[in-house]
Amino acid sequence: MIARWLAASLFFVLLVVAWYLAVEAHIWSPLLLPSPLSVFGYLQSAAEDGTLLEATWVTVQRLLIGYGLGILAGLPLGLLTASSRWCQDTIGVLALGLQTLPSVCWVPLALLWFGQTEASLLFVVVMGTLWSLIIATDNGVRTIPPIYTRAARSMGSTGLHTWTHVVLPAALPLLLSGMKQGWAFAWRSLMAAEIFVTILTGFGLGHLLHYGRELNAMDQVIGVMLIIVIIGLAVDKTLFAPIERFLHRRWGTARQ
Amino acid sequence: MPSPEIDSAKTVPAKLVLEHVSKWFQTSSLKVHALDDVTLHIAEGEFVCLVGPSGCGKSTLLNIIAGLERPDHGVVQADGKTIVGPGPRRLMMFQEAALFPWLTVLGNVLFGLKLSTGLSAAERREKAEYFLELVGLKKFMHSNVHELSGGMKQRVALARALAPTPTVLLMDEPFGALDALTREQLYGDIQRIWSQHRKTIVFVTHNVREAVCLGDRVILFSPNPGRIREKFVIPLPRSRDINSVDLARYSTEITRVLKGYVQTEVAG
Repeated sequence: MIARWLAASLFFVLLVVAWYLAVEAHIWSPLLLPSPLSVFGYLQSAAEDGTLLEATWVTVQRLLIGYGLGILAGLPLGLLTASSRWCQDTIGVLALGLQTLPSVCWVPLALLWFGQTEASLLFVVVMGTLWSLIIATDNGVRTIPPIYTRAARSMGSTGLHTWTHVVLPAALPLLLSGMKQGWAFAWRSLMAAEIFVTILTGFGLGHLLHYGRELNAMDQVIGVMLIIVIIGLAVDKTLFAPIERFLHRRWGTARQ
Repeated sequence: MPSPEIDSAKTVPAKLVLEHVSKWFQTSSLKVHALDDVTLHIAEGEFVCLVGPSGCGKSTLLNIIAGLERPDHGVVQADGKTIVGPGPRRLMMFQEAALFPWLTVLGNVLFGLKLSTGLSAAERREKAEYFLELVGLKKFMHSNVHELSGGMKQRVALARALAPTPTVLLMDEPFGALDALTREQLYGDIQRIWSQHRKTIVFVTHNVREAVCLGDRVILFSPNPGRIREKFVIPLPRSRDINSVDLARYSTEITRVLKGYVQTEVAG
């Protein structure tokens, strides 16, 4: 365990050292490739004056609301498409089609419909999450071994009870990977939306990134990108990893 | 030698009554006649084994008794009432243990209990532990399902089926996927539990020896369409050992009959 931690830390330290050496070699202009020191300098000052924390909070809030709405709508719709042929032929096909649409393509529509508002951002996040979540839920429910529902029915389980006590828990491993994918999609959609939609109600990480480009502040651009990556990693490790560990232990599926 | 059926179901009131049951299945290309005019009376507390080659409709008949499927024709009754759906009085055990991997062993046994009885949580727990003890797995009650061997899984499935105190136990080749040694242990267990708790058991298998070892009666099915070919009464004393010579005499005789008609079907 400690050896793994050490190896991982060493890898990232080496990565930063390589970056530092590349800057010191003066191959590229420092305007294009700032030194790690100046990036950390930016992060430190942005952390001190509060812009970073505020932007992160604004972004995470939007993400949680958008992702939450996506799950709230996606799970039941996925259950519907899995249980009714009619829904599969309608909502299912719609979801399959729209899932292939990159979420940034929703931005022009969102701007025209909602203008430069919070609603516009949320709309893009929900559209980025919803469809893949429907597909994942549908897929999860469909691949449940039929013997589970038969066994439950023979014990007198019917209707809603079967759904909540058998179908959903049985589909949990696939639902979780669908939710993970949905999370990644939501995160991407929000960054795209924040970069393209300039709004006054809240200054998120995407905006910070965008203005970094406008100001030619490369240290800001790279610094904000780092924060975005770290948030993504942290969510995976704190939100999804414990549930995954539980599933692996219960189901006996191999880990690593 | 096996005697022809002396209608045991006539003297004791029948627990399960099946009369002129027929069932068809429509697959994408053809219509399968799964059961044809099956009539069978099963007495309270009787252990009946349904035997036959695959495709003879024995599992379908079990599903119909469980209420998981409806017959296209005929009468199916339990305790004089027509079976319209599954119920906790008739519980089913499958070939794969069909245990739920998201629950612990105890959780699995509690599943049926929560559905069927008006017991308090403490009473349910007590009952679940009692039946896990009965199948010898109480110390595994907090284990995950994947940590058990195949035979242990079937024992848990048995405890799960017994816990809601059904009067009828329906078993669909429950030991089919197990190795011979584990199976023999379970023959002993199931006979012991049956004699202690006096359930009516309908047991589907394609293993004639297994049927003779367990059944008061062995009902032989033939396929295409699924029909009852012959009924045998097995008057051997219990508890029976699958390796005994007496038992072998019966199973040889039944196998001879089985082979006889399988060959004529092939020749015809």
